[in-house]
Amino acid sequence: MIEKDLVVIGGGPAGLSACKIAAEAGMKVAVFERSFALGGQLVKQTHKFFGSESQYAKVRGMEIAKILIKDLEKTDAEIYLNATVVGLYKDNIITVYQNGRYFKVKAKAIVIATGASEKFLAFENNDLPGIYGAGAVQTLMNIHGVLPGKEVVMVGSGNIGLIVSYQLIQAGVKVKALVEAAGKIGGYGVHASKLRRLGVPILINTTVKRAIGKDKLEKIITVKLDQNWNEIAGSEEEIACDALCISVGLSPLHQLLSMAEANMLYVNELGGLVPIKTCDYETSLKGVFAAGDVTGIEEASSAMVEGKIAGLMAAKHSGFIHPEYEKLENQLNSELCVLRQGPCGEKIRCGLKKVGELA
Amino acid sequence: MRVDEHPILKFEKKNIIHFTFNGHDMIGYDGDTIAAALVDNGIMKFSKSVINNRPRGFYCAIGNCDSCNMTVNNIKDVKTCMTLLEEGMKVENELHEVIIND
Repeated sequence: MIEKDLVVIGGGPAGLSACKIAAEAGMKVAVFERSFALGGQLVKQTHKFFGSESQYAKVRGMEIAKILIKDLEKTDAEIYLNATVVGLYKDNIITVYQNGRYFKVKAKAIVIATGASEKFLAFENNDLPGIYGAGAVQTLMNIHGVLPGKEVVMVGSGNIGLIVSYQLIQAGVKVKALVEAAGKIGGYGVHASKLRRLGVPILINTTVKRAIGKDKLEKIITVKLDQNWNEIAGSEEEIACDALCISVGLSPLHQLLSMAEANMLYVNELGGLVPIKTCDYETSLKGVFAAGDVTGIEEASSAMVEGKIAGLMAAKHSGFIHPEYEKLENQLNSELCVLRQGPCGEKIRCGLKKVGELA
Repeated sequence: MRVDEHPILKFEKKNIIHFTFNGHDMIGYDGDTIAAALVDNGIMKFSKSVINNRPRGFYCAIGNCDSCNMTVNNIKDVKTCMTLLEEGMKVENELHEVIIND
């Protein structure tokens, strides 16, 4: 069995940040990533980030991924790609599946940074080929340069829906409409304004009633919703499209933590089932820490800061004190406060209160 | 269908990779996942639902939804969105359909 000081599960913004800090603290680190590349979903983000300089504001997500990967490569952290962690056990042992082979790794501490997956939406024929998660479309067009279709409708006006719509237009696809079930746009006004300027109709109080097509998507039927989210009879409209992108939020990839029977709580504001953590980011499983979207859906900027804190604390837990421990602890916690302040951070603050993270 | 022009990204022409899908010759490019190359070749139906036999398309691209699972080089249930295309790969779904090239 392989033995490490720290195992990090997930090579996205939170996981990579945790690895770096823990390696700096002197830990022998291994990171396990199920994809063939590190960087998580940053690698397909062509937009520039917000936040402050320490979270790489004004830098494109894909460039941030390169910085994080380069930083990690400077450490002696061991990187396992195409490596899916399929088991998490209470004695800090994981089972990994890689290239047709299973093996076990034992660690003094584990950081779970598995991220999130896209939520689905229930409507008739929602499984027709041509209906994609918005993130999948972003991967196709921004990484591979492959287009999902010629005419697209986006469902959901959160930041992902708004940004991916804009990126579809940049890639040469016609965005016929963006539908939003709520009475107002979910994401930042600055992203919505860009779409409006390009003439994309943003239909609020509207959802998808049905998808139509023989074997693949040909058109959708939308319907207006009243204030109680009930369909308004007679308000159906038809939109022809060959691709539909679903962007109705993300849900934490909690399965490993649930499997190991960590204390979990369903928190709507955080996107689903999340682990209860101490202020040191330790879950109810001793030595198992969690950071990033798996602990509640937020921006990648926060995931990076959380990852650093989890790395710092996991190191401390195992007797490795980072040379700048005190400075970093204060600095990182105040960075998170700044990222979560204001009206945009209200939802996340409310969610974190429910898991006891914020007083 | 590939991106023609892009204000931010540059897609340089990469080396061609030959593969077969359900016995039909297809091409993709270096760095493509199997799934991306299939979408580029106009393939929409990736798998089918177990009970109702309804076709399933490409959905999540992060290795989570299982809609893109196919048999690759005779190995079943390979996540095609998480697997890079390689020269000579034999990719099959379980729909066994005839593809008409236009």
